[in-house]
Amino acid sequence: MSWGETIRTGLAAIRSHAMRSVLTIVGILIGIAAVILTVGLGLGTQKDVSESISSLGSNLLIVRPGSVTSSEGIRGGFGSSTSLTLDDAAALGSAVAAPDIADVAAEASTSVSLENGDTNWTTTVTGTTTSWPQVRSRTLLQGEFFSDDDAEAGANVIVLGSETAAELFGSAWAAGRSLTIDSVTYEVIGVLAEQGSSDDTNLDDLAVVPMATYSAQISTSTTGASVQTIYIQATAQDTLSAAYQEAETLLLNLHGITDASAADFSISSQDALVSTATAVYRTLTVLLVGIAAIALLVGGIGVMNIMLVSVTERTREIGLRKALGAKPFAIRRQFLVEATTLGLVGGVLGVGLGVTLALALPTVLGSSIVVSWPAVFGALAVAVGIGVVFGVYPATRAAKLAPVDALRAE
Amino acid sequence: MAEAAVIRLDNVRKVYSSGEIECEALRGVSLTIDEGEYVAVVGPSGSGKSTLMNILGCLDVATEGRYEIAGEDVSQMDEVDLAEVRGRRIGFVFQQFNLLPAMSAWRNVELPLSYAGVGPAERKRRAVAALESVGLGEKLGNRPGQLSGGQQQRVAIARALVTEPTLLLADEPTGNLDSASAREILDVFDQVHRSGRTVVLITHDWDVARRTDRSIEVRDGMILERPQAPASQADES
Ligand SMILES: Nc1ncnc2c1ncn2[C@@H]1O[C@H](COP(=O)(O)OP(=O)(O)OP(=O)(O)O)[C@@H](O)[C@H]1O
Ligand SMILES: [Mg+2]
Repeated sequence: MSWGETIRTGLAAIRSHAMRSVLTIVGILIGIAAVILTVGLGLGTQKDVSESISSLGSNLLIVRPGSVTSSEGIRGGFGSSTSLTLDDAAALGSAVAAPDIADVAAEASTSVSLENGDTNWTTTVTGTTTSWPQVRSRTLLQGEFFSDDDAEAGANVIVLGSETAAELFGSAWAAGRSLTIDSVTYEVIGVLAEQGSSDDTNLDDLAVVPMATYSAQISTSTTGASVQTIYIQATAQDTLSAAYQEAETLLLNLHGITDASAADFSISSQDALVSTATAVYRTLTVLLVGIAAIALLVGGIGVMNIMLVSVTERTREIGLRKALGAKPFAIRRQFLVEATTLGLVGGVLGVGLGVTLALALPTVLGSSIVVSWPAVFGALAVAVGIGVVFGVYPATRAAKLAPVDALRAE
Repeated sequence: MAEAAVIRLDNVRKVYSSGEIECEALRGVSLTIDEGEYVAVVGPSGSGKSTLMNILGCLDVATEGRYEIAGEDVSQMDEVDLAEVRGRRIGFVFQQFNLLPAMSAWRNVELPLSYAGVGPAERKRRAVAALESVGLGEKLGNRPGQLSGGQQQRVAIARALVTEPTLLLADEPTGNLDSASAREILDVFDQVHRSGRTVVLITHDWDVARRTDRSIEVRDGMILERPQAPASQADES
């Protein structure tokens, strides 16, 4: 009996047991769709979280004045001290002293009211260096960031966040317009592309000016040279800890402090954040894979039951086919075709349903679902495998019986 | 003459053992049936007729003894070779018809041909011819459920004959039928015999056995030397 014949016989058998075939297919379908969705949800959440972390900038160290390890409470509160200066930032930027540091951006900021004619809007104005867009992973939507010349000259130029620009200028093109702060006119030379928000900071409602401009005209502080935050970008992910060491040593030297535990600054890295997030994903993924495995197992047990019942019921049929001259391998092949067809049809429909839902659900749920093809093919292989093992194994046993014994089976 | 023997059984024994209980269903049966013979196997219930028939049809294997079909020793064959012999040599008709309910009459009839490797067009032609020869040319597309008991048994006979087997075996083929249908079916067997085929028929009804050329009586797993046919009912009345 040729393969073509066997396939025709197998398909005829599937059609003639329509109800049972549909149940088998539905069992496989649900299991596979569940696997795709749960694994996809886990991966999607990972993607969302890692994107929101990288929106801070990549390979970043953050230096702030004051010490988080302080137990004496003498030094000023976190972030309010004035122990970091522009000189510190300049020293950290030196390629000789800190080879693993790619770029440095110092920030000093305060809340100020911006005016465009009758419209005014209060936001955080930050004085910084030209390296800021690079270090903070920001791009410009309109115009450009201020140049080294602007920075040196302390020019009256300002770059706005997208929301700030919208508040002041509506939907109009903001670059090239001007606004005033305390009656001083600034030219808007650029608008930043949207970044979303990180923690509770809105990254799209802000204004940026050259540090010299900030110190001279905006800062309310008396010590003009102090900065609130220095962002350090390491040359690569794996030089982050070397960059950390270099920054710490350099700053301790500059501040004349010998005991690292008495430092008047603190350096935090995103590493801590990333490793926490990674640990969370791992737990989440294990959980979701567990759920998916249970879904697949339940589907698999359903398929197994239907297959076992089917073979038991059909032992008489097997006996009859053998009495009519069917060799054992012809019987095995027929059941192999049946089980594989059911597994594949259920599997393909399950993949279709799973992928469709993975594409449709994110708009409803608001979280991404990433289709993992290894999970899809793994689930498909398990479904077909279960069908084949539980369909073909008992059929093989039945095919070995003498026809009388198979025909006598109840 | 020895060449002409279709069946040669030599001291065949069959023991059923389920757990500790052993049941000796055949206790040394020797039997020869020649080409073209029309034979009835008769005997009371439980005497071992079906056991004998299943061994003759290669549906079961003897515990001991030698069995040859057309000179070929089948007693030591494995399942693969036995399947081959069943497909090529033997047509079997069961008491409970044993048709596949989801298939039409002609699909049921062509089934043994597909296992014998016959191509689809040839299969259909032969299946239709076999159904016409048993008078079912009009019912080719009916499923078993759409046929009467007698018609279903005729489909089963067509299926048994379609491979042109050396031997046609039937185990109580009229057991599930009313007397009118039973007579029709027996007429079909007579006709098959007249066409030259070897036919072996199991029955517990001596009236049926008398239609054949030779009756073999089985008692307690053994063949009686001389069949002890009771006086026919027709004679008594
Ligand atoms: N599978 C089996 N396992 C155990 N014993 C069996 C089996 N099949 C038949 N027997 C026994 O073998 C003996 C012969 O049975 P068999 O079916 O051949 O009788 P029979 O002549 O066909 O009877 P009937 O006319 O009722 O069909 C009986 O005693 C029966 O109980
Ligand atoms: Mg019987």
